[in-house]
Amino acid sequence: MTISADHTAREHASPVPAEDALTEAAKKFGITAEDYMLPARHQIEMVDPDGRLKPEGEQGTEPGHEYPLPGDEELLAAYEQLVVGRRVNDQNSALVRQGRMAVYPSSHGQEACQVAAALCLSDGDWMFPTYRDAVAVMTRGVDPVQVMTIFRGDWHGGFDPLKHKVGIQCTPLTTQLLHAVGVAHAAKLRGEDTVVLAMCGDGATSEGDFHEALNFAAVFHLPVIFFVQNNKYAISVPLAHQSVAPSLAHKAVGYGMAGERVDGNDVVALLAVLDRAVALAREGSGPLLVEANTYRMQAHTNADDDTRYRESAEVAEWRAKDPVNRMRAYLTDRGLLDDSVEARIAAHAEAVATQLREGLSEDVPVDPQELFRHVFAKQTPQLKEQSALLADELARDAASTEEAGK
Amino acid sequence: MSPSITTSSEANGNVSAATARAAASAAASAEAAGPQPVTLAKSLNTALVDAMQADPSVLVFGEDVGTLGGVFRITDGLTATFGEQRCFDTPLAESGIVGMAVGMAINGMRPVIEMQFDAFAYPAFEQIVSHVAKMHNRTRGAVKLPMVIRVPYGGGIGGVEHHCDSSEAYYAHTAGLKVFTPATVTDGYRMLREAIDSDDPVVFMEPKKLYWSKDLVDLAALRSSYMEGTTAGRTTEGRAAVARPGTDATLIAYGPSVPTALAAAEAAALEGRSLEVIDVRTIVPFDDATVCESVRKTGRAVVIAEAHGFASVSSEIVARVQERCFHYLAAPIRRVTGFDIPYPAPKLEKYYLPGVDRILDAVDDLQWEN
Repeated sequence: MTISADHTAREHASPVPAEDALTEAAKKFGITAEDYMLPARHQIEMVDPDGRLKPEGEQGTEPGHEYPLPGDEELLAAYEQLVVGRRVNDQNSALVRQGRMAVYPSSHGQEACQVAAALCLSDGDWMFPTYRDAVAVMTRGVDPVQVMTIFRGDWHGGFDPLKHKVGIQCTPLTTQLLHAVGVAHAAKLRGEDTVVLAMCGDGATSEGDFHEALNFAAVFHLPVIFFVQNNKYAISVPLAHQSVAPSLAHKAVGYGMAGERVDGNDVVALLAVLDRAVALAREGSGPLLVEANTYRMQAHTNADDDTRYRESAEVAEWRAKDPVNRMRAYLTDRGLLDDSVEARIAAHAEAVATQLREGLSEDVPVDPQELFRHVFAKQTPQLKEQSALLADELARDAASTEEAGK
Repeated sequence: MSPSITTSSEANGNVSAATARAAASAAASAEAAGPQPVTLAKSLNTALVDAMQADPSVLVFGEDVGTLGGVFRITDGLTATFGEQRCFDTPLAESGIVGMAVGMAINGMRPVIEMQFDAFAYPAFEQIVSHVAKMHNRTRGAVKLPMVIRVPYGGGIGGVEHHCDSSEAYYAHTAGLKVFTPATVTDGYRMLREAIDSDDPVVFMEPKKLYWSKDLVDLAALRSSYMEGTTAGRTTEGRAAVARPGTDATLIAYGPSVPTALAAAEAAALEGRSLEVIDVRTIVPFDDATVCESVRKTGRAVVIAEAHGFASVSSEIVARVQERCFHYLAAPIRRVTGFDIPYPAPKLEKYYLPGVDRILDAVDDLQWEN
């Protein structure tokens, strides 16, 4: 469905009915539309917590839900970003403790999701992240200090969404999923092959906009990947209080879209599943829902105390499933990683950490007049008046300070 | 799929091509020459047709706007003329409609979306307040949202509950939104064109009781003057209109209350009192200059609005005029507004709505010397 440049066009091209598109997609894999939409019986997992490649029969795959192992180059790139992402998470948490950043919702433990979400996309694609997805935004190529501007506190955001094709890091839950749908819809109307990845968490799936976004994407048959990081907690509230669905991936079938669940601490499986999802969406198979089963290793933010709502034994259990260690073991075993590569990657991570420390300890001068500058594209007379009022107030303050200093 | 739509919106750095500002459209050629009786509904519809004709990035969507042409028929014929890609029905979900429009505006489109009724827009409130209003500011101007949210509003049509709210204060109170409300057939056309061409998001409040009111209007002339950018054709943003000149007191009204104010002025004239009527036109930005010039001249003012008076647009207008015109005032500024009650059932709405008598009573209270 494309918009004709000849806009006197009178054709009534109906959107491809969802059932036809799903049947088409299912045919590619030799399964029924229902089996295409329903997630595989088990989550997709490829590398176990000890870093061993699982035998094919134990990867959770089944007919129509098979995923080829990603290439070595992609895996090494992913590992490098995992190490950088972990360093960034820990550096930022340290900066919060030192009072140099107001707050940082860390994705420690979820780095595999963060990295895979960015690496599965092409340059022309879009990503719509949440407040916890800073590492994904950086992996997409946005300058780390710009990403952290929202948490440094001198403005609400630090990067240009249009330049990077990355939406604002969204705080109101799941509202950004609809923006992702709109970006995909506009691209589709222009005949562009853009894929949009929209991120949210497990708690966010309870929000109304989650429902509206998935339904719109399915009805308009749009190339959107809904990527749910199920990290088990919405601040303190566990998943069981959000949903009693068999899995969050099962929600897809209710919208007439395909769902899959994947080990969210296994970057190999994540890339395999997301790469296929992106390819399917780009081919015109409609939206997909991917649930990553992971864990928020730290409290919601520094202002939260997670010992009030979860046992340390549970946290320890997930520490053993760490995504970074697992990948290191796997790649070392494969002979793809040696000391020199490790040293280079560690140096890269350290360089980013240094950049963050320096960038965030810098006292960026704020301009009070900027408060009025961007509210509208065309400013109102009222804001001009208020801007003059503040300028006058500041000028008088400065004059009296100068007077006092004499 | 062939890439075929060209985006002429320059708002978000998209390719600017084929800015087909061809004045003569199919609709235009069918129009009779000279002034004709035209409804507000027709002028709004014509504005949509012309905007879609002029700019392929203008899209119209919402509930029942496609095949049906909208429950008030404002989008009548758009799907037939422009195809289902440019005017289409969405699932029944207002937050979804607004949220998707945000994404489309981010990606180079100029969506014009319809909220079916005032009170049905509330599910979209979070999208409007947290994103539509804030996107330009939070991205330091990098992302513009050139979108129009059309809201049929107000009562006077005998509608049942949830169909007659005056919701303008919610939007006017939200920094980052522009709020337009036409009261005449001519303004319906030019204000909607201007809202669509604006790089700022506009909440376009349409007085539904005026949809079928007629004026003698030359649509072709209106179109040409808009296209040529002449003073008569555009720049209603931030410019109130003197709907009726007068010397003794100023009636300040907007949207559905403007014809009521004009009727009151007409009645007052029979009693020898000359009332000036100001049509606010754009609530945001508000035209302090025109309103205050009138009040300084007359020294007396009554603000008229259908909405509840408490914490309302009418209270804002009173505050602004009082701050700027205190020494010119011969009497306290009066307000005639809806009572602070949920909008009444159809058989009771006549007691609620500001009417000519209530306005004239308020005018009588303006401390006349004799």
